[in-house]
Amino acid sequence: METKYSFVRKDIVSEQPPPLTQVGITGWLWRNLFSSMSNFTTITSSVQSILMILLTIWLLYFCGGQLISIIDFAIISAVWSDPDGLKRKVCATVKQGGELPADWYGACWPFIFAKKKFLIYGRIPDEELWRANLVYAGLFIGMGYIIWEKGQGRKWVGLGMLTLFPVISLILLTGANFDISFNLMIWTGTLLITLYLMGYFSSRNYLGEIFEQFSILFNFLALILFLFLALLVLFAIDYGLAPIDTLDWGGLLLTLLIAITGIVASLPIGIVLALGRRSNMPIARVLCTMFIEFWRGIPLITVLFAASVLIPLFLPAGADVDKLLRAVIGIILFSSAYMAEVIRGGLQAIPRGQYESAAAVGLSYSQSMRFIILPQALTHVLPGIVNTFIGLFKDTTLVSIIGIFEVMGIFRAASQDANWGSHVQHATSYLVAATVFFIFCFGMSRYSIYIENKLSRDNK
Amino acid sequence: MDYEVGKSTYLDVYFIGIINTLVIAFTGIIATTFLGFVIGIFRLSNNIVLKFFSSVYVEMFRNIPLLIHLFFWYFAVLRAVPGKREKIDVLGSYAGINVTGLYIPKPLFFDGSTIFLFSILISIALAFFMSSYSNKLRKETGQQLPLFQINLGIIFLIPAFVFLFLTYQSGAPVEFQIPEFKTDGPKLKQGFVKGVGMSVHPEMIALWMALVLYTAAFIAEIVRAGITAIHKGQTEASLATGMTKGNTLRLIIIPQALRVIVPPLTSQYLNLTKNSSLAVAIAYPELVSVFAGTALNQVGREVEMIFMMALVYLTFSLITSLFMNWFNHRIKLVEK
Repeated sequence: METKYSFVRKDIVSEQPPPLTQVGITGWLWRNLFSSMSNFTTITSSVQSILMILLTIWLLYFCGGQLISIIDFAIISAVWSDPDGLKRKVCATVKQGGELPADWYGACWPFIFAKKKFLIYGRIPDEELWRANLVYAGLFIGMGYIIWEKGQGRKWVGLGMLTLFPVISLILLTGANFDISFNLMIWTGTLLITLYLMGYFSSRNYLGEIFEQFSILFNFLALILFLFLALLVLFAIDYGLAPIDTLDWGGLLLTLLIAITGIVASLPIGIVLALGRRSNMPIARVLCTMFIEFWRGIPLITVLFAASVLIPLFLPAGADVDKLLRAVIGIILFSSAYMAEVIRGGLQAIPRGQYESAAAVGLSYSQSMRFIILPQALTHVLPGIVNTFIGLFKDTTLVSIIGIFEVMGIFRAASQDANWGSHVQHATSYLVAATVFFIFCFGMSRYSIYIENKLSRDNK
Repeated sequence: MDYEVGKSTYLDVYFIGIINTLVIAFTGIIATTFLGFVIGIFRLSNNIVLKFFSSVYVEMFRNIPLLIHLFFWYFAVLRAVPGKREKIDVLGSYAGINVTGLYIPKPLFFDGSTIFLFSILISIALAFFMSSYSNKLRKETGQQLPLFQINLGIIFLIPAFVFLFLTYQSGAPVEFQIPEFKTDGPKLKQGFVKGVGMSVHPEMIALWMALVLYTAAFIAEIVRAGITAIHKGQTEASLATGMTKGNTLRLIIIPQALRVIVPPLTSQYLNLTKNSSLAVAIAYPELVSVFAGTALNQVGREVEMIFMMALVYLTFSLITSLFMNWFNHRIKLVEK
């Protein structure tokens, strides 16, 4: 029997286009903009929607206005060239003796262009600029090579950048040929050989049980002394370079130098401190904890003040430690305490089974640290380490307060120049200084996110 | 505490420095927490405008050194405001700003202000009592009081009633003295009148703005991380059990997010306090600037004075870490 239907569809309904609120530009706008402000079903949600609409409009008006005014200041209203060599008058309004309209407010780029060399190199003499250029070239080529994924032997280049490069650039920039007393080298050498022999014999148990415990310590001290001696010799050699006073270094060059020295030195010190804080030896643990908590508890500016007034007190009369060196030592100690805390976090995140199984297969403490624990721990806290680097990079600005002319200091100095004195001089300087720091810090943070994603991908 | 030339000792200078540091730190922490939470929540919004501007804000402020912010506010913004004889109005004509600082209304306390203050304290205590009572009621009978509305009423209505009563009895207990701006008279006497209203020095504004805006970017990231750390299933599960959206947020999400947020948040507070020492660059009279700067140059006892200064910051950081340990202990997940 056949049921009578009034209508039976024989053909398939053609595909309907998706609703406008789901696809295309309107869909995107709906999802990302209007969905948060279109709920008018109840009184509460209507109030929320209206507040959201007002907030969005206000943000567009206020923050958008701020962004546009920055762009306007930096590009549209800015003065770009000074063909007649008018200096400060090129950026002056009619009232101030220039030709620009009274309400003009824009960047004064000729001022920056004129100070270009000063901002990049500081006061390094013209005929010695090639040395600074060589350092820059080494830095950028080395960094570029490390970042370049397909490069061969990136590991070795990275190691070189962390060890050889700072030494070479310091030799290039100072000119080496320091007056280091021969006696100091002899004493260091003797001490080094003694320590090495003690480490050698004690590890083979020739000196009895007690000394065997300290063989790691002897070897470690011998290694540090060896590096110290190598540095002494390297810096005492006359390479035929004219000496440059560290107070003549400045600008971007100095910022990069302080930051790189700080990074290179604070990582190993931080690792040692973190291991010390987690070790079983009570004395090492207490000392490391006190050291870390002390440096983390005081502001960097206090450290820099203390470094500039206290360090000379502890030195024999007449001995003078370079002002820059004092500041750098302060920064290194300060940031290695932060680094130690970051690395300690990584060490704590390693499950205990890793430590135990490393010991079970017969690895010594240093072996298990080197091959099992540290590689995992450091990878784990890579974002934290990079954050500390970024913090250190930003903190280099503080040395300008004690009279060292890194980027911030050099911009402050440049904006005091009366030849270019105008009402936009400060704002222009700060804009450029902020951009320089932004590029480096933002670059570092993006790269660390990239590496982090890559590592977590590789692990899956 | 005021500094009197010739009478105050260097120890007074030390305490003035500590007080100025604490003023900046305390007011700054309140403001930066508020701003940071707002921006952090904006970054998670599904409104593209909010998301975009808060991301731009965070990236811009996080990646530029604090010292540049400070110099920018002090030299580029606050030097660009009108000179001593002119002003820009803030909040109508009740407050104004010019190169000598920000002038805001100053509260004057008359007779009865203690009673008024007392009534505020009592109403807050009552509100606490009310909430514990409602908790007890809910646990015993399952009955829910409209606690928020009741407490709002208690906190606002009681002081308002007391205020009106006191005004009727003997005149208002608190009045605001509005800063006076002279535009007539001799040219040299024009401008804000000294001693009328409250004035905030430009150094303090610059330091405060820089610290608050800079730290807020970090707090925003902490808040965002804290909220995203809570699994989506938590929200869905609590909605599925029939909780309202507000209760889900209040009873499920926030308590869990706070566990992630509070430890780094306290270290940001400590950072703000320590960073206030940058004021030495623009000469706001806080501890490092007046004690390790001016006083040290006059006295020359480096070891003692640097030690005393470090002691203050170490005390702050020790107190903070004690609080952190206590807090971590309190909110620790109880695992089997």
